[in-house]
Amino acid sequence: MSTMRIARVVAAKDLRIEWNSRVFVNQVLPFAGVTMVIFAFALDADSVLQRVAPGLVWLATMFSMLVLVQRAFAVETADGALDALRVAGVDPRAIYLGKAAALGVQLLVLEVVLLAAAVVLYGQTIPADGWVLLVTTLTSATCGLAAVGTLYGGLAAGFTGRETLLPLLTFPAVAPVLIGATRAVEAALGTAGAVVSDGWPWVGLLAVFAVAFGVGGALAFGPLIDE
Amino acid sequence: MSVVDLDDAVAVLGRFPALAGATLRVEEGEIVLLRGPNGAGKTTLLRLCAGLLPLVRGTGTVLGLDLATHRESIRRTVGFLGHQNGLYLDLTVAENVRFWGSTVGASDAEMHAAMSRLDVAGRVADVAVSKLSAGQKRRAALACLIARRAQLWLLDEPHAGLDASARDELDDTLRQAAASGATMLVASHELDRAGSLATRTVDVVAGRVLEVPGAPGSGNQAGTGAEEGR
Repeated sequence: MSTMRIARVVAAKDLRIEWNSRVFVNQVLPFAGVTMVIFAFALDADSVLQRVAPGLVWLATMFSMLVLVQRAFAVETADGALDALRVAGVDPRAIYLGKAAALGVQLLVLEVVLLAAAVVLYGQTIPADGWVLLVTTLTSATCGLAAVGTLYGGLAAGFTGRETLLPLLTFPAVAPVLIGATRAVEAALGTAGAVVSDGWPWVGLLAVFAVAFGVGGALAFGPLIDE
Repeated sequence: MSVVDLDDAVAVLGRFPALAGATLRVEEGEIVLLRGPNGAGKTTLLRLCAGLLPLVRGTGTVLGLDLATHRESIRRTVGFLGHQNGLYLDLTVAENVRFWGSTVGASDAEMHAAMSRLDVAGRVADVAVSKLSAGQKRRAALACLIARRAQLWLLDEPHAGLDASARDELDDTLRQAAASGATMLVASHELDRAGSLATRTVDVVAGRVLEVPGAPGSGNQAGTGAEEGR
């Protein structure tokens, strides 16, 4: 079995688990929605909300991502399945890529919902010429977040206190994604006079980040879960 | 060809030699009970045979693959079942078996046969693992081992955490598997139960393997057995 084929099997398994348990729909999406509402209460002025909406979308994405990552590895450790995968000699690169792909799918859905929430709650609008940049930004940022989240989720899974360790490890690592994705979405939405062309360099940064962490994560994941 | 063939095998945990020159041979179809006190090296012996620990000294093969050079390949051909079952609690039994079978490219027929053999192919197949009894979970875990074509079963305290009826179920399951030719190494403190299943019993003492004359099953496989540890 090739690495990519096993990665597809792992991704399908993770998405099936979420489909069966409904944790994403019943807990993560409501949590993300409540976060957006809380932001709206805290910044109770339309002009401020519209100015900071892109950043709030990505902050809410990252908070929710922590829940998703912890969940993704809780299902692996509850009955020793991650150990069993390792014992069975399943290619750790395939485990990493499969879990990252499943996390990426969920993150993408989450980001679309959060953007919709920003439109509804904050009065944000999406200009016609910003759609391509917006979709490219979401895609590249999602890949980066999924790569980092899966890598550190696997690392933290073997430790006690993993719930507090994960954000400590993850947030500094995803800071470039937060900055780059926020600037690129600001350009796509035309926030504070930004134009679409301002966003593409940030997309380049996001793509480099995703490739670097994707390749590094695939190589490092095996030794990490073997420890 | 022996399924397991260890000669003067040494394996270390940290710097401690948990196996200190173990010699053991297991033939196809045997069920070998490993008995011994805690810390004697039973689990280390199973983990060495599973390719999870490096062979520091001596020689060893599992299913014809060299423990010194082919540990990854060995992992793919053996099934190790410890205190946990390695199942996904939010998936059904069928989904778990399908997942583990898919990691080795098993066909639908193979996966269904694995579930049938462990008696989890009926209504139980569509029940989430989290809702199963401990004995049913153990059977589901063994079905996953079969689905992923494990040729050697390494069972570490398989009765742990099971009530009396679940232990009976497990014993029946292992007897059926043995009858159809499965080869097993079983580490257990449940000597009455595991001993009645075993075709041979060996003691693991201070990291070495000793033949047990007269122990349950010890006379059934004369000439194939464990060699004395040193």
